[in-house]
Amino acid sequence: MPKISLKVNGKNFTVECDPATPLLYVLRNQLDLVGAKLGCGLEQCGACAVLVDGEDALTCVRAASEFEGTEITTVEGLAEGGRLSPLQQAFLEEGAAQCGYCTAGLVVAATALLEKNSKPDPGEIRDALQEHLCRCGSHLRVLKAIDRVVDGGA
Amino acid sequence: MPHSASLKKSPRLDKWISIAGNGRVLIHTGKVDIGQRISTALALIAAEELDVDISRIDIARTETGIDPDEGITSGSNSMEEAGNAVRAAAATARRHLLSLAADALGVDVSTLEISNGLIQSRNTNRAITYAELIADKGFEIDVDPEAPLKEPKSYGIIGKPVVTRGLKEIVTGQPYFVQDMKMPGMLHARIVRPPHYKARLTGLDPTVESRLAEGGFEIVQDGSFLAVSCADEFAAVKAAQKLFETSDWDLGGGLESQDVYKRLTANERLSLPVVEGVPQKKAVEPLGPPPTNAKATLSARYEKPYLMHGSIGPSAAIALAEGDKLKVWCHSQGVYVLRASLAEALGMEIENLFIVHVPGSGCYGHNGADDAAVDAALIALKLPGRPILLKWTREDEHAWEPYASCMAMDLTASIDSDGKVIAWSQDTYSDTFGMRPRPEAGGAGPARLLPMQYRKDAVKPLVPQPNMSRHSGLHRNLDPLYCFESKRLTKNLVRNLPLRTSALRTLGAFANVFAIESFVDELAEESGIDPVAFRLKHLKDQRAKDVLQAAADKLGWGSDVSDGRGHGIAFAQYKNIQAYAAVAVELEVNDKAEVILHRVALAGDAGQIVDQAGLTAQYEGGFLQAASWTLYEEVTFDQTGITSRDWESYPILRFDNIPEIDTVLINRPNERFLGAGEAVSGPTAGAISNAIYMATGLRLRRLPFTPDMIRAAALQ
Repeated sequence: MPKISLKVNGKNFTVECDPATPLLYVLRNQLDLVGAKLGCGLEQCGACAVLVDGEDALTCVRAASEFEGTEITTVEGLAEGGRLSPLQQAFLEEGAAQCGYCTAGLVVAATALLEKNSKPDPGEIRDALQEHLCRCGSHLRVLKAIDRVVDGGA
Repeated sequence: MPHSASLKKSPRLDKWISIAGNGRVLIHTGKVDIGQRISTALALIAAEELDVDISRIDIARTETGIDPDEGITSGSNSMEEAGNAVRAAAATARRHLLSLAADALGVDVSTLEISNGLIQSRNTNRAITYAELIADKGFEIDVDPEAPLKEPKSYGIIGKPVVTRGLKEIVTGQPYFVQDMKMPGMLHARIVRPPHYKARLTGLDPTVESRLAEGGFEIVQDGSFLAVSCADEFAAVKAAQKLFETSDWDLGGGLESQDVYKRLTANERLSLPVVEGVPQKKAVEPLGPPPTNAKATLSARYEKPYLMHGSIGPSAAIALAEGDKLKVWCHSQGVYVLRASLAEALGMEIENLFIVHVPGSGCYGHNGADDAAVDAALIALKLPGRPILLKWTREDEHAWEPYASCMAMDLTASIDSDGKVIAWSQDTYSDTFGMRPRPEAGGAGPARLLPMQYRKDAVKPLVPQPNMSRHSGLHRNLDPLYCFESKRLTKNLVRNLPLRTSALRTLGAFANVFAIESFVDELAEESGIDPVAFRLKHLKDQRAKDVLQAAADKLGWGSDVSDGRGHGIAFAQYKNIQAYAAVAVELEVNDKAEVILHRVALAGDAGQIVDQAGLTAQYEGGFLQAASWTLYEEVTFDQTGITSRDWESYPILRFDNIPEIDTVLINRPNERFLGAGEAVSGPTAGAISNAIYMATGLRLRRLPFTPDMIRAAALQ
C-alpha cells in the first residue's frame, strides 16, 4: 500500500492506504477523528467538511492524496487545550443542533467564514452555509450561534 | 397522575432508577433520544423530583433485557409516557429515601431536608447521602404512581436553562453516533441493492466473485440479499459497486408509474367512517345534499406527494454473532419490538438476541434504522465472531427507506348566512403509515423488515390493515377541533400503491391539517369573515383560542402587508389531545415564483414546560422541516425505480430561506406534559398555503409549492 503524509490538527501523520481513498475515510478510520461525518459521499450535504488551509472543504469524494501538503483542521482540532472555540461554545449555548449529525460540518463552515471575515453580514453567513444541509430544522439556532460570536467580536 | 402503560409494564422502581456508591443517579428509560432532547428533559425531571444536581444524573442507553420496555419512541408520546413514569419513579424514590434516612438518623421525617442528594435533619447535625442509604441494596419497591410530586412553584431546577445532553460531544467531534463506533476486528459492510423493489438477483459474475474472495472480501448472498464486507471501508464501498455493476437482475416489469393521485381514488380501498377521531367498523354514509339553510357550499381536493424522512446520516448498525447469541447496536426507535420481530424472522430464542440503542442521525419516524439493523444481523450471522459495521449509502436511504404515503383529501362544507359551518365532510385517501416492525399475528413483524423480502425464503409483503386507534394512521387529525355542526369523516386505506410506506413524523396529520386549514380559509373568505375571527368563532377550547390569538398578535395580524407579500395563519391541536400549535407567516412570492419566508410567529401550549429551550427547538425545528416538505419535497419515480436518489433530485430547505421566527410558549403549570414534537407540522403547510393565497390570489391545493407548481397554477 502506498504511503500518504497528512498534516491534521497540527500533527503529521503517515498512513498507508489506497491513494484513491477519500480523505474522510482516512480521518475517521485510520486517524480516529470521527467528527466529520459520512452523509452522502457525493459532495452534496456538507456533513464531511473540514478546514483545508482555512477553507471549508468537503472530504467524502476527493482522494486523501490530494490533501498532501495542506493544513487540515477537523472539528476536533478547533478546541485548544480543552477550551472550546468561541463558535463551539456558542453552538453549545444556543443549543444549535437537534440530532447533531450535520453540526460538525456547520461549525467548520462557520469557522472558515469568520477566519476570513470577522464581521460578515447576515447574507454572507447564509451564503457560507448554503451548501450545508440540516434536516432537523436547527438552522435558526445555528445562525444565532454565529451571530453571538460575530456580535461578541470574539 | 395517570397510571402509564410504561409503569404497568415495568412497575419496579429499580428498573427506572439506580444510585451508585459515588452518588451518581442513573435513569433508565425505554424512550430513546433521537435529537428531540428527551434525555435532557428526563434528566431535568429526575433532578427536580430527587433534589440532585443535574450534573449527577446519567441517562442509560436503552438496551433490551435491562431497560424498561416503553414500546416505540414515536407519536410525541415520550414526555407523557417516559416523562410521567420517571417523575413518578423519582418521587417514589425521594419519599423512600426520606423514610430510610429518618430511620438511619433516628429523627422524624418532617425534620428532614434534602440538598443535592444529602439528607439532613434540622434538629441534629447528622446527615446521610442517598448513596449511603441505597447504593448497595437498591430500592426493591414498586413505583407509586400517586407518590406526592413537588409543587411547580417550588421548582429549583426545571425552568432554568440547561445545556443539551450530548451536545458537547457533538460540537467537539467526539464519538457519539452508531456510525462512529469501532470494535476490535470489526469489518465494514455495504449492501448491494437491487435496481428497484421488484428486481431480483439472478446471478453474480463468477470472476468478480472469485477475485473479491481472493482479495479477502466476504460476500454474503441469500436470494436477492447481497452484501460485501472487509476490514477497509472504502474497499467495501468499491466492491459493492463492482458487484452491482457485474450482477444480473431480473427487473420484473419495473414499477407502476401511473399518476398516483388518480390511483389514490381508483385503487381497491377500505373505507371507514371516523367519529371523534376513531374509525368505526361500519359502512360509510354517502355525502348527502347540503343542508337547506346553507348559504354556500364549497368543495375542494388537496393533495400531498410521497415524502421521505431524508436523514442526513444514512442508517447504520453494528452486529456481532457469538455462539447462539446475537447483539446489535442500532438507532431503532423501538429496540424491544425490533428484537421480537427479528427473533421471529431468524427463528432465534428472544433471550439470545440483544439490541442496544445508540444514537443515529435524526430519523423523524420509521426510516432505514430497523432495516439496517437487520442487514447487519444477517451479515454477522454468516461471519460469526466478527463485529460488522453496516452502513447504508445515501442512495440506499433515498431509494429504500419507507416513505410517508402520498395522500388526497376531498372536502365539502356548507356555511349558513352567519358564516357558521353547518356541514363538513372530509374523505382522506392514503396508503398505510403502520409498517414499523411490530410483532403481530401471521408473521407481520418479519414481513415489515425489508431484507426479509429479498432473502431466498422471502417473506411476502404485508397487506396493510387499517389502524383503528384514535387519531392514528392516516386519520390522525382528520377530525378538526372546530365545533362544526355536522361532520362526516372517512378514512380510505388505499391498497396496491407503488411505493413502500410507513411512519413519518405526524403520520396523516400533516396532510389532513394542511387540507383542513386551507379549506377553513376558503370558507372564511366565502363568509366574508377574517380567518382568525372565523377560527375563533368555531373554537370552544380556551387554550386553543389563546395560541391562535398569540400567533396572530405576534405576527401583527391585520396590519398592512407590502406588495407581493402575504400573511397566513393556521392552527391544530395534535391528535386533538396533545400540544396546541398556531403558525402565522409572512412570505413573498418573488418574480421567479419562489416562495421566500420572511417572518414567522409560532405559538404553542404543551402543558407544563420542563425544558423551555428544548420545547422552543421542537416548535422551530418542526416548522422548518414542515416548511421544507411544503415548499420543496416530492419523492419521484418511474418504471426504472425511484428517481429521487440524492439531494439534487430531492431538494430540501437550505439556509437561504430561513425566516425570523418568534416562538410564544404558553406555560401551564400543573397541567400534564403534552408531546410537542409534531404539533406544528400541519399548521405550517396550512399557514404557508394561506399566505401564498393572500400574496398571489392563487389557491394551491397540491404540495409542494415549487415555482413550477405556482407558475402552472397562475396559468390555469
